[in-house]
Amino acid sequence: MKKTAEIFNIQRFSVHDGDGIRTTVFFSGCPLRCLWCHNPEGMMFARRLLYHSEKCVGCGRCVSACPAGANSMAPDGRAVTDRARCTSCGKCVPMCLAEARAVAGTARTVDEIVRICVSDRMFYEESGGGVTLSGGEVMAQDTDFLLSLLRALDGEGISVNIDTCGHVPYEKLYAVMPYVDTFLYDIKSADDEKHTRFTGVGNALILENLRRLSGDGAKIYIRVPVIAPGDEDTGFDGANFTDGDIESLTRVLGGIKYSRVCLLPYHNTGEYKCVSLGMKPRRFSAPTKDDLERIKNTLARAGVTPVVTGG
Amino acid sequence: MTDRVARLRKISTETTPTISMERAKYFTEAYKKWEGSVSVPEMRALALRHYMEHRTLYIEPGELIVGEKGDRPQAAPTFPELCCHTVEDLKIMNDREIIFFKNTEEQRKWHEEEVIPYWENRSIRHRILEAMSDEWRDAYAAGIFTEFMEQRGPGHTVCSDKIYNKGFSDYKRDIAEAISKLDYRHDPEAYRRREELSAMSIACDAIITLGRRYGELALSLAESETDEDRKADLLRIAENCSVVPEFAPQTFHQALQMYWFVHLCVTSELNPWDAYSPGRLDQHVYPFYRRDVEAGILDRDGALELLECLWVKFNNQPAPPKVGVTLKESGTYTDFANINTGGITPDGEDGVNPVSYLILDCMDEMKLLQPSSNVQISRKTPNKFLLRACEIASKGWGQPAFYNTEAIIQELLGAGKSLADARRGGTSGCVETGAFGNEAYILTGYFNIPKILELTLYNGYDHYTGKKIGLSLGEPEDFDSYEKLYSAFCRQMEHFIDIKITGSAKIERIYADYMPVPFLSIITNDCIATGKDYNAGGARYNTSYIQGVGIGTITDSLSSIKHHVYENGDFTLRELTDAMEANFVGYEDMYHTIRTATPFYGNDDDRADDIMKEVFDFYQRTVTGCPNVRGGEYRVNMLPTTCHVYFGEVMTSSPNGRLAGKPVSEGISPDKGADTHGPTAVIRSCAKMDHLRTGGTLLNQKFTPAVLAGENGKKNLAALIRSYFAMDGHHIQFNVIDRQTLLDAQAHPEEYRDLIVRVAGYSDHFRNLSRALQDEIIERTEQSFE
Repeated sequence: MKKTAEIFNIQRFSVHDGDGIRTTVFFSGCPLRCLWCHNPEGMMFARRLLYHSEKCVGCGRCVSACPAGANSMAPDGRAVTDRARCTSCGKCVPMCLAEARAVAGTARTVDEIVRICVSDRMFYEESGGGVTLSGGEVMAQDTDFLLSLLRALDGEGISVNIDTCGHVPYEKLYAVMPYVDTFLYDIKSADDEKHTRFTGVGNALILENLRRLSGDGAKIYIRVPVIAPGDEDTGFDGANFTDGDIESLTRVLGGIKYSRVCLLPYHNTGEYKCVSLGMKPRRFSAPTKDDLERIKNTLARAGVTPVVTGG
Repeated sequence: MTDRVARLRKISTETTPTISMERAKYFTEAYKKWEGSVSVPEMRALALRHYMEHRTLYIEPGELIVGEKGDRPQAAPTFPELCCHTVEDLKIMNDREIIFFKNTEEQRKWHEEEVIPYWENRSIRHRILEAMSDEWRDAYAAGIFTEFMEQRGPGHTVCSDKIYNKGFSDYKRDIAEAISKLDYRHDPEAYRRREELSAMSIACDAIITLGRRYGELALSLAESETDEDRKADLLRIAENCSVVPEFAPQTFHQALQMYWFVHLCVTSELNPWDAYSPGRLDQHVYPFYRRDVEAGILDRDGALELLECLWVKFNNQPAPPKVGVTLKESGTYTDFANINTGGITPDGEDGVNPVSYLILDCMDEMKLLQPSSNVQISRKTPNKFLLRACEIASKGWGQPAFYNTEAIIQELLGAGKSLADARRGGTSGCVETGAFGNEAYILTGYFNIPKILELTLYNGYDHYTGKKIGLSLGEPEDFDSYEKLYSAFCRQMEHFIDIKITGSAKIERIYADYMPVPFLSIITNDCIATGKDYNAGGARYNTSYIQGVGIGTITDSLSSIKHHVYENGDFTLRELTDAMEANFVGYEDMYHTIRTATPFYGNDDDRADDIMKEVFDFYQRTVTGCPNVRGGEYRVNMLPTTCHVYFGEVMTSSPNGRLAGKPVSEGISPDKGADTHGPTAVIRSCAKMDHLRTGGTLLNQKFTPAVLAGENGKKNLAALIRSYFAMDGHHIQFNVIDRQTLLDAQAHPEEYRDLIVRVAGYSDHFRNLSRALQDEIIERTEQSFE
């Protein structure tokens, strides 16, 4: 078993990832490449430097700090980082006077993660909350590490949610089931062709896993990102909530036992993160309130309830 | 809200605050007439009676609860026997842009001719400042501590249910009986007791006179009133005044009027800190509510309207005008009358009753600065009540604040109160714990903990006054270990606590001898039984508090030194003190290291939180248990009101990177920008302090509206509160306003006249706060969901 996992954030007082007050653990690395990803720093399994160049005050300390010689000063007085050379070692991070640099990803042991999660036990118990394992993609992590973590949290009596895209071998999901209170199960698109275009993979495995999880009696919250059209060059030629999309979703959910469907409206935090990661930013737009109402109503007419906005 | 209430509320919020000279006039007359010929307590009572016999009365059309402190709403009387303002003071009050009190040339002239010559060299303030030692004066000038009693009387006391069961004619009988039982042969204090009791009896006449005169005025207004409804109102007022305060109230309406007359007399007799408060109002008046409803003479809406009329009365009374340091301590019109709703009953049952919900509705509809309204949440409090309180709190104007009933009770038990008295207790002022009706718990002043470290680092030298005022315990080079530095810091703290308490001993004596409060003594147990004044130790319990300020700043400062100087060797202590003197200009690298790589308080990080515990323990142990003049002991609480701004102004920059002149941390909240792990981490850090050994702590959390939106937002807020209280947290309050709104309000105050924010233990209009305090509130870490 791996001794550590790469974690890019542990967020306490998280209230959008399941019931009550929770601590969400974000694991690095994801098999999907969703165009609208709002946590792009969690896509890669490896660490990656984030650099918010607009904050740079031109102190130049990152230049001398970098062992790979990846940093230099541009004519505008700001530092630039050559991504080809940067190893994301993080030596420049504490040097930056503007606090413009950070590294997404820290190797954490099971004990370290549990110690942080246990701190807020009182809040979980009062609110009906717990820990949510998310990412990136938590189910893409080393299974033994995950089981070790889940057993430890279970031993502490802490309820756990798994936030997953479902694109993993079913055996992994089945293995963690005994320790999981609720699966927050994403359906990015019920349409296979669109799913491939938006996320880089088809949805056959994902939907099959959902059916099996449901059949095996897991408690499931379906999570559907609601994305409105954005820049032309995103390759995203339309919203993912056309009448056809909603109809497909209804069909897919037909045989599934779920406790609720959560609509997650697009927000643009991923955009500036992409810039700081040296990745191409993609811009979409958020659905309107009317859009969300329409989706809810359409789903309700088709018997899909309850539908909530958020978490 | 009824039209009547809306109109009264409008008058209350739109009337310009003024100075009223009437009290000064009648008190001065009384002193001239009786001083020297009667005992001090009797003279004080005669002065109060004289004032009540002659003062202007005021009944606003439409109002149902009557009585004003001044000659009209928003008129503040002066207390020259305590603090004799100069003509210049009056001009400053008149001209100040915020917290002004308008006064006329004619008033100033009269004050100059009649008040100043009589009082200027014999006011209590004058006596106090004369009595203080040089080292006390130096420490006071340097802002090591403040002094509560130089402009206002001892207070922080709260009403029990006493006034609802008896009228003041009953108290006169009790007093007469106590006098008849005096044993001159065996009790050498008997004569003194007689003087005090006789004064109490005169004070009963003072309030009875006030009630009768209001009854007569209402009757005469009724006679000429043409509107039938209003005529009926006036006749009801007249009838109420024929019962209270002379006799025990019989109805809900009379109970509220009884409280209000008592409030007026307590706050007219002297200007005690935090005015006065009905305390557990919901429990006190519920029996009247139930009886009236059953009798069919009151319904829910009628009761709500009466409560709202009472709320207007509180809001009509601005805090007594102050000057100088005392103004900075508390730059507000708010007088901190703090009503406790919920909690448990004296039998230990859940205390929430239908009036508790009415008070929440009243709070929600009125949205007034005064009274401060809080809820006591116990393990037994129903979630329905907590969620309703959270719903109001999430509207973002800072009320209600949340207090932990179990913590309050344990604090009181730990301080030697009986269980029955502890369960009747609560919090007043900002967060101060007291045994309502049975205790004189006097705040003596704020104590600037971070400045103690500053003086230690500069070997006793104070940059603000340019004087050496502290102990010489070594230069930075002499502290070759953290432990040595820390023990020097502790010695320095002990030194100044000693100076503070020595000064307070004199001040308490001065109040006991020269400024008794016979009226307040009538309604405070056990002053009648012991024949002793409230200010002389007559109450059942007598506590003196010193309020520690800046625990976040001191923790982070010590953490910075420990971590960077002694553990990592990032820089030397001398380099750090040089950088502090330069306000970190030219020391950007060091500043950056401190701000980004120091374990700070508020992040649930034991490296910092252990330091907080150590400092708190030392401060708490040094103060707690010292005897006061009134037969009780000193205790601590951890609250700043607005003093953290003033304490920052008298300091250079701090080892934690706090820049010179900037506020120190407030309450037990983390220093600005120090906490980065969200509200649960803040709460965990704060809960590591042993709240139960204090007389109250203050934790402020600011949320953007989004955090608390919807049903889930309120549930999570409720869970946050329950969790903190399960960890023995004493108090938590919420500001629910986004940063952008505040910035905009700062730029366009005229567009945000209604904006109320929670400042410390109270809420205030944002526009009435100083720029520094506005900045401070804006910068307080905004907890949000992102």
